[in-house]
Amino acid sequence: MSAQARAQAKRRRVGGRIALYVLVLVFTAQAAIPFAWSLITSFKANPDLYTRDNNPFLYNDPPTLEHVNLLFGQTAFGTFVTNTLVVALCVVAITLLVAVPAAYSLGRLTLRRGGAVAIAIFFVYLIPPSLLFISLSPVVANLGLQDSRWSLVVVYPTITIPVSAWLLTGFFKSIPKDIEEQAMIDGCSRMGAFFRMVLPVAFPGLIAVVVFASTLSASEFIYALAFVSQTSQKTVSVGVPTELVRGDVFFWQALQAATLIVAIPIALVFNVFLKRFIAGFTMGAVKG
Amino acid sequence: MAIVEARNLTKAFDGQNPAVDNLNLVTEEGEYLVLLGPSGSGKTTLLRLIAGLEQPTSGEIFIAGDPMAGLPPRVRSIAMVFQSYALYPHKTVYENIVFPLKAQGVEAAQRPEKVSWAADLLGIGHLLKRKPRQLSGGERQRVALARALVREPAVFLLDEPLSNLDAKLRATARDELKTFQRRIGVTTLYVTHDQVEAMGLGDRIAVMNEGQLRQIGTPREVYSNPADTFVATFVGSPPMNLIRRGDILVGFRPESMLPDSEKAGEGLSLQVDVSRVEYLGSERHMLGTLAGGDLQNKVTGVLPAAMPLDVREGKDQVFFVHAPDLRFFDAETGKRTDPRPVRDIA
Repeated sequence: MSAQARAQAKRRRVGGRIALYVLVLVFTAQAAIPFAWSLITSFKANPDLYTRDNNPFLYNDPPTLEHVNLLFGQTAFGTFVTNTLVVALCVVAITLLVAVPAAYSLGRLTLRRGGAVAIAIFFVYLIPPSLLFISLSPVVANLGLQDSRWSLVVVYPTITIPVSAWLLTGFFKSIPKDIEEQAMIDGCSRMGAFFRMVLPVAFPGLIAVVVFASTLSASEFIYALAFVSQTSQKTVSVGVPTELVRGDVFFWQALQAATLIVAIPIALVFNVFLKRFIAGFTMGAVKG
Repeated sequence: MAIVEARNLTKAFDGQNPAVDNLNLVTEEGEYLVLLGPSGSGKTTLLRLIAGLEQPTSGEIFIAGDPMAGLPPRVRSIAMVFQSYALYPHKTVYENIVFPLKAQGVEAAQRPEKVSWAADLLGIGHLLKRKPRQLSGGERQRVALARALVREPAVFLLDEPLSNLDAKLRATARDELKTFQRRIGVTTLYVTHDQVEAMGLGDRIAVMNEGQLRQIGTPREVYSNPADTFVATFVGSPPMNLIRRGDILVGFRPESMLPDSEKAGEGLSLQVDVSRVEYLGSERHMLGTLAGGDLQNKVTGVLPAAMPLDVREGKDQVFFVHAPDLRFFDAETGKRTDPRPVRDIA
C-alpha cells in the first residue's frame, strides 16, 4: 500500500468517526430535548410560558412550584398513578401466567399444528383496539366491570398475551431440550426442570415481556378512555389528558410534570434492562 | 448381577417402523458396553428408554434388578451425558456439578467435598468459577462427566460424547474416558456410530441395526466372527469382503488378502483386477473386482507397508486367503453359517 493510499484510508477512518459522533449527538439530542423541555416547562410561571418571544428553554421569570402543587393537590394524579401501577402489576402477572405456558408448549410442539396456532395467536394482535373495543364493551359490561380500573386488567391482556406468547415462543425454541432432560436425569421433575432450567435461561425474554406489558398498561389510551370515565378509576394515560385539559384550557406545566413523573421511572427501567431487552426482542425475532 | 436388563423391549413412534424392536440385552457389572450402529438404528432411543426419557411401547427394563416401568428418570440412579453435553448455560461449572446433589437432596455440608472429588478426578478443579460458554469443547465434556459422576450412579449412559470434539482431541478424550471408567468401575453404556471408538473403548460391543440387536460380544468376537453380513460390513474399515458362491456368501477381511507368495496351507485363490491403489502411509488399500466375476464381486484388500508387493492399477494380481480366515453367510438371510470346505467354493 502506498503512503498516499494509507493517508487516504486514515482520513476516511477519521471522517467516519466524526460522522458517527455527529449522528449519535443528533439522536441523543432528539431523545433528550423533549425531556428537558418538559422539565423546564413544568416549573415555568404562566406569564413566562405564554409570552411568545420568550426562549422556551430558559426561565425568564423565576421558576415556580405552583403547577406541580396543582397537579398533586387539586387533581387526582396520585390516584391515577396508583391505578396505573395496580393495572400494570395485574396485567404483567396475568400475561406471564398465560403467555409462559402457552409459549413453552408452542416452542416444544414441533409439528405443523404448533406453527399454525402460533400464527393464529399473532393474528389476534393485528386487530386494532379501535375496532376491538366495540366488541369488548359488552364483555366488560357483562362482567360488571364498566367504569372500573379492573376492566383494563381484563382487557389489556388481549394485547399483551399474544405478543408475549409470540416473543417467548422463539425463546423457548432456542433452549435445547437436552437441558431439560439433563435436569430430569439429575433429579428434577418435569416441572422442576422447567422452573429451574428453562425459566432462568429464558430470563431476558421474561424481562422483555414485563417491560412490554407494563409500558403498554401505562400508555394505552383507547381502551382506558372507552371503559373508564370515573376519575377515581382512571389511569395516568387517560386521567392526565382528560383532567388537565378542561375545555380549551390546557394546564401545560402540570401536563408536562405529569408526563415526566411517569416517563422517568420507565426510562430508568428500560436503561437498566436495555441489553436484556434488546436480546429479548432480537432473539425472539431471529430464532422464532 | 445384571445392572441393566432389557426384556422384549419395543419402542414405536407414531406411524413409523419401531425404533427399538423386541430387543433383549443384559449388561455385566462394571463393564463398558458400546452400542454401535448407523444413525437411525435405535441406539440412542434404547439409551433414552433406559434413562426413562422415553416410555417403552412394550417390554421391560430392569436396573439393578428393579423394574423401571413408569419411573421417572430422577429415581433410576442413572447418569447421562448428552451429545451436546447439555451444560446448564446460566450456571457456573461448580453449580453445574453440584446440581444433581442439590436436586437429590444431598446434605449441603457434604456437597463441596463431593464436587471437588469429581472435579479433581477429571482435572477441572481450576475451572469451577467459569461459565460453560467460557470453556473449550474438551473442558465442557469433562464438566459433563463430572456432573454425571458426582452423584455416584449405578449406570453411566453416554450418548456420543466424543462426536463434538475435533479429531485430535477425540483420540485423547477416548483414552481419558477409558482410564476414567476403569478407575471408577461403574457400568457404562456408550452409544456411538464410530466403530473405531467402539472397538477401542468397549469391553463388549452391541451392534444394532433397524432397532434390533444384531450381535453382542467382545470387539474381537464382533470383528472376527460377525453374526451376519450387516455386522460384517458395518464393523471394520474397509469392511469385510463378501463374494457370492452359490447360496452362500464368502467373507474375508481386507487384511486377510495376502500376496500369492505368502500362501501356506489350504485356502482361496483370488485373481483380482486391481482398479485403484490408495497409498495411506502405513498401508495400501487395493480396490478391484474379481476377475471373471460380475461387477458385484468388488473386493478391497489392505496391504501393510511392511509387505512389499508390486501392485499396479489396471493389472491382474493373484491373492490368497487362508481357510481359517474365511467366513460363511447364508445368502438369503445374511446369517453366519458353518464353515464349508474350501474345495466347494474355489
